[in-house]
Amino acid sequence: MRVDEEDQARARDAVSAAALFAVDPQALVGVAIRALAGPVRDQWLALVRGWLPPDRPWRRVPLNIADGRLLGGLDLSATLSAGRPIAERGLLAESDGGVVLLAMAERLSAGTVARIAAVLDDGELRLARDGVAGTVPARLAVIALDEGIEPDEGLAAPLLDRLAFRLDLDGLRRLDPEASGLDAASIAAARERLVKVELPEAVITALTATADLLGIASLRAIWLATRAARAAAALDGREVVTEVDGTIAARLVLAPRATRLPTAEPPPEAGESPPEPENAPPPDASSQDTPPPEDNAEQPPIDLDQMMQDVLLAAATAAIPPGLLAQLKAGAQAGKARASGKSGAVQKAATRGRPSGSRRGEPRAGQRLALIDTLRAAAPWQRLRRAERDACTSVPSPVERIRPTLSRGERGDQRLQNPSPPGRGAGVRDSAQRTDAPDQGPRVLVRREDFHITRLEQRRETTTIFVVDASGSSALNRLAEAKGAVELLLADCYVRRDRVAVIGFRGAAAELLLPPTRSLVRAKRSLAGLPGGGGTPLATALDAAIELADAIRRRGETPGIVLMTDGRANIARDGKPGRVQAESDALAAAKRLAASGHATLFVDTSPRPQPSAAKLAGDMRAIYLPLPFADARALSAAVKTVNASGKARG
Amino acid sequence: MPLPFPFSAIVGQEEMKLALLIAAVEPAIGGVMVFGDRGTGKSTAVRALAALLPPMEAVIGCPYNCAPDDGSDACQASLAKLGDAKKKTHKVPVPVVDLPLGATEDRVVGALDLEKALAQGTKAFEPGLLARANRGFLYVDEVNLLEDHLVDLLIDVAASGENVVEREGLSIRHPARFVLVGSGNPEEGELRPQLLDRFGLSVEVSTPTDLQARIAVVRRRDAFERDRAAFIDDWKPADDKVRRRIVAARKRLPEVQVPDSVLERAAELCLSLGTDGLRGELTLMRAARALAALDGDAVVGDTHLKRIASPSLRHRLRRNPLDDAGSTTRVERAVSQLFGA
Repeated sequence: MRVDEEDQARARDAVSAAALFAVDPQALVGVAIRALAGPVRDQWLALVRGWLPPDRPWRRVPLNIADGRLLGGLDLSATLSAGRPIAERGLLAESDGGVVLLAMAERLSAGTVARIAAVLDDGELRLARDGVAGTVPARLAVIALDEGIEPDEGLAAPLLDRLAFRLDLDGLRRLDPEASGLDAASIAAARERLVKVELPEAVITALTATADLLGIASLRAIWLATRAARAAAALDGREVVTEVDGTIAARLVLAPRATRLPTAEPPPEAGESPPEPENAPPPDASSQDTPPPEDNAEQPPIDLDQMMQDVLLAAATAAIPPGLLAQLKAGAQAGKARASGKSGAVQKAATRGRPSGSRRGEPRAGQRLALIDTLRAAAPWQRLRRAERDACTSVPSPVERIRPTLSRGERGDQRLQNPSPPGRGAGVRDSAQRTDAPDQGPRVLVRREDFHITRLEQRRETTTIFVVDASGSSALNRLAEAKGAVELLLADCYVRRDRVAVIGFRGAAAELLLPPTRSLVRAKRSLAGLPGGGGTPLATALDAAIELADAIRRRGETPGIVLMTDGRANIARDGKPGRVQAESDALAAAKRLAASGHATLFVDTSPRPQPSAAKLAGDMRAIYLPLPFADARALSAAVKTVNASGKARG
Repeated sequence: MPLPFPFSAIVGQEEMKLALLIAAVEPAIGGVMVFGDRGTGKSTAVRALAALLPPMEAVIGCPYNCAPDDGSDACQASLAKLGDAKKKTHKVPVPVVDLPLGATEDRVVGALDLEKALAQGTKAFEPGLLARANRGFLYVDEVNLLEDHLVDLLIDVAASGENVVEREGLSIRHPARFVLVGSGNPEEGELRPQLLDRFGLSVEVSTPTDLQARIAVVRRRDAFERDRAAFIDDWKPADDKVRRRIVAARKRLPEVQVPDSVLERAAELCLSLGTDGLRGELTLMRAARALAALDGDAVVGDTHLKRIASPSLRHRLRRNPLDDAGSTTRVERAVSQLFGA
């Protein structure tokens, strides 16, 4: 019952978002749709497409689009046939004024996301590629199809932040656009009206305050909300934005971005709810030199403002998606987890590498020909080669007659080239050739020695998984020192630009404290927040580590495991205490680890290293390093060895 | 190109604005790196500054925008080709060149002119972005996402002030002295320490958290979008004032005195922070001098040093990758210890 209502609300929101987006696609920048491919998503897309002006581009960007197609560059076939550089427009430029669909957007690489984001910001495309430079208009809107399933798969934050709407169509049966009473004509009328729509400052204030109370830091969110409110007013046939429009904007734009629930008691004053104790810049520091006209002008009755804020806030709070709501209530930081969904980027980098210049060579064994560089290499020789070609092939009919003389060697050669030596006559012949027979032979003569291949940088990413024992026995022993050791290792990872992940284990469970990241600050924070105490579920921890390492390897990266424990397992796999069972489970897990082939470093954190720990390390085929003897350098060297052996094995 | 947002209408972000002004007054400062969240107006500020700067004198026909009194070999060579021995100059806007992501090396350093090579068979150099940026600004948004080989290239050119092109049978060197302005979000990828060190100033911007400031940002942007020309007109007096301040500061800069005591202070500060190399002290001195010039002061004093210490030094501390917001605090601590404030 309750769920049903929720679904209906989501379906209604999806339709209103579609309508608003269709009214003003460029100002609203875009929509992120989280749903698997299916009839509802198709219905939604068809709905939007039907509501947009029919003559606008509607293009789909495949996931692994190359820069040349995305941004533009040199049109090779045209260049080769014309014999002069011909630029090719990229997909983004071709979509100027229209909508771009990003397929499987959750897997877009960080680089592609940044390129698209830059175009969204500027409304034009700055291009400097392959001998083509310039700026072309590209006013786009984006529909990002996020097909992530896991909570940590999602759109990259830079993109998500720029799009006005986030819709979750997952689990919906169908949309009911007829119920909204909208059609293409009413949307077109709203679009006409849009330029005239006024945005009262009270609405700006109310939306800003609402965003503040929901803990939304990004100013872009507020900006997008004001645009959505304008579109809503236009859709409703009004020329002034009112509270109703603000409510819609708060519901559709602000609510999905909430990072916390508004505090229960209403704030005493609009200006007093600093979400973060950051050093805020002085409010009007810049206006000291110049009193901006609008800042002082506006002082409407505060009560009305306050009322509007309350209404907007209530609307937004009611619309916070249930999953997010649960997260917020649990005090988890919403949105953080999603932000790390860059698996696509990593995979791409690891398996294929990034282009980093080109070098001379032939395209063999799947190497890509760097056509531009090949052309460049060939270009200076064109005149000479044409001359040579002319000399060999375009000699008129007496070829047959001359051939015998040719074979006789040098003298024949001389005669053929008569009257001038090879280099000099070339120009004359060349021009003659070009005027007489422009279509004869290829326009650009490329030879084998011109070939350049794209050099790919195939740096395999290394992820070091720290598995840290925070159990009572370890805490008593030296959890703090273990943390210190991890920090040393982290610094080392930083130098090598590795990624790190942290698994903590204590009590009955092992927990992934930090999914693989390059942010060492976050790694440090997650460690610092790791409480000590409880049993030692070593088997569970090893299982978790193996699972994560397998996942990393599947992505084409190299995992390395650094296990920091005293090795005294006393919690079995099923979470029950009992040393005997726990130890046999740990042994089994250790053998699994050995079988998995992941490179492992076992750092024994107990004050007096036990032979049993060394044996366990042997069982998991790990390098064993008792902490009392491990200084920073030894640790660092050990991790390096582990990662190196991981590379060799992986 | 749409009209840019006026520089003086940017709400808050004083540190970033100051750093950009200093770079405009004293290009030798070595660039500005802006770290910050998304949507904090990093790009807006750089483009706004470009629109603000007074035009500069440049030799007509010089692809590198050379000044009349600074005839580099490359410039001379290209002029000789034009057959224009007499140097005529004209006023050109200070170039602010974007280095877009996805740029290829040939367009950045310049390369063989394909058109001429293919059609006429002549070997000609087609200058790239580095040439266009000479005497101006080179802006790299999301510099931490730039391809590594381009980063290497930038480091090299920014250090030498000269672009050496050795490719495709070309051998050309031309001046490429520009103020490198980078922006990036540290959460989206680390920046190579070598590149970071090239930047003279490093500023951190954050989304304003003050409600009134936030409202002002949205309000001004709305006014701007609604009627760009009118909005720019409204802010023209303020922008003009900033421009006059830059011009006056540039004129004053050579005369600004740096007393030995200030140099000692700067050295002490760097020593106590353990910054690597001399670059920290140099930047500190130059930035303080530019700041004094901007303020209309004839002598650099401790106050200037204090104000500029964080942006000049915070990215030069021996890196402790685990210390999150630590560097700013560390600089501030050292400053307050030294100056007893």
